[in-house]
Amino acid sequence: MVLQEADNELTIDCLLLAGRIMIESGAETYRVEDTMLRMAHSQNMPNAQCYATPTGIIFSLGKTQPTRISSISSRVTDLQKIALVNSVSRRLTSHMITLEQAYDELKSIQKTNYFLPTYLQIFAAALASGCFLIMFKGGWSDFPIAVLAGGLGFLMLVLTNHLTKVKFFSEFTASLVLGFVAFFAVKYGYGTELDKIIISSVMPLVPGILITNAVRDLMAGHFMSGMAKGAEAFLTAFAIGAAIAVTLGF
Amino acid sequence: MHIMDIIIQLIVSFFATAGIAIIFNVPRKTLLHCGLVGVIGWIIYYILTEQGMDVVKASFFGSFVIAIVAHLYARRFKIPMIIFIVGGIIPLVPGGMAYNAMRNVVEDDYLQGLQYGLKAFLITGAIVIGLVFAEVIIQLIFRSVRSSKVKIQKVYKK
Repeated sequence: MVLQEADNELTIDCLLLAGRIMIESGAETYRVEDTMLRMAHSQNMPNAQCYATPTGIIFSLGKTQPTRISSISSRVTDLQKIALVNSVSRRLTSHMITLEQAYDELKSIQKTNYFLPTYLQIFAAALASGCFLIMFKGGWSDFPIAVLAGGLGFLMLVLTNHLTKVKFFSEFTASLVLGFVAFFAVKYGYGTELDKIIISSVMPLVPGILITNAVRDLMAGHFMSGMAKGAEAFLTAFAIGAAIAVTLGF
Repeated sequence: MHIMDIIIQLIVSFFATAGIAIIFNVPRKTLLHCGLVGVIGWIIYYILTEQGMDVVKASFFGSFVIAIVAHLYARRFKIPMIIFIVGGIIPLVPGGMAYNAMRNVVEDDYLQGLQYGLKAFLITGAIVIGLVFAEVIIQLIFRSVRSSKVKIQKVYKK
């Protein structure tokens, strides 16, 4: 009996860790619940219940069995971690690996930083900004300014994320910087269309994953999570819009 | 519409989507495919709007195709579909409309701002409906394929 309880503890730890990594990396809530329940069913826990929100997970084994809570404070977008946890859960449910192996793998996934080096991310953001300018029918003469504004904006995002944990502030400062870069470039004759430069260099900051996930959660019937994510996406968009409004006010 | 324009759009939309995919840290081996999903969605949107179709409808068709391609890739790589969708829909997001709405509100032209804001809202809705439609349709197709396979196997066993 004691042995079984210790076993249960490990299983719950493993499931909660999997759910936690997924939510912290920005997965849809319904996918988190689905993954956790599948893993639980594969470990002979047919009565397991799970309730996930963007700020925490409640998991219970049902009846008089223990219930555990895991609260989550920070979320980023890291699609690679979602894919990795998904593959661990697939292998666990098809009994290709044992629970202990899955737990060890999950722990190493949680610790590892899978992001590309920062300079590559800034380069990607800058290049994407330039490409968006062409997609939105801007002229090639504005291409370097869009690249510069997008790159500096994303650099500012990374820097403020590093300095402070205040939410939405980093998006605000980033859009402020790229707005001013575009504004002064156009003012001193290095660029022509202020609107298109700002729109294209702001694109890497758009909360795309939040919007998609909010809608997918709403469609799956998870109204709490959907509304919460929608509010986060709205506030992010509002922070960007407010900063652009400040630069336009000059 | 010039053929050269389309080629340029194909190239820039690939790099734009792949850049966004790098920022969201998609798995390395799927980076090219994420870029391709973006190219397909954007080129459909681009050609339709160039032919004079309304932006809202064009966004719907773009996101519809994105979701179908993303679903096929997700099945092939056995990873969540969201990884392919996110990069693809970013170019369709009505950033320009939202920007114009904000700009007009700042300039005290609230009516014009509201007009742009509502249009942006409509486009977002169209993207979402496109994603949902594609998902439902593809699930129905796969379910019917699976059930017909089972039926064929039953017949063979008899």
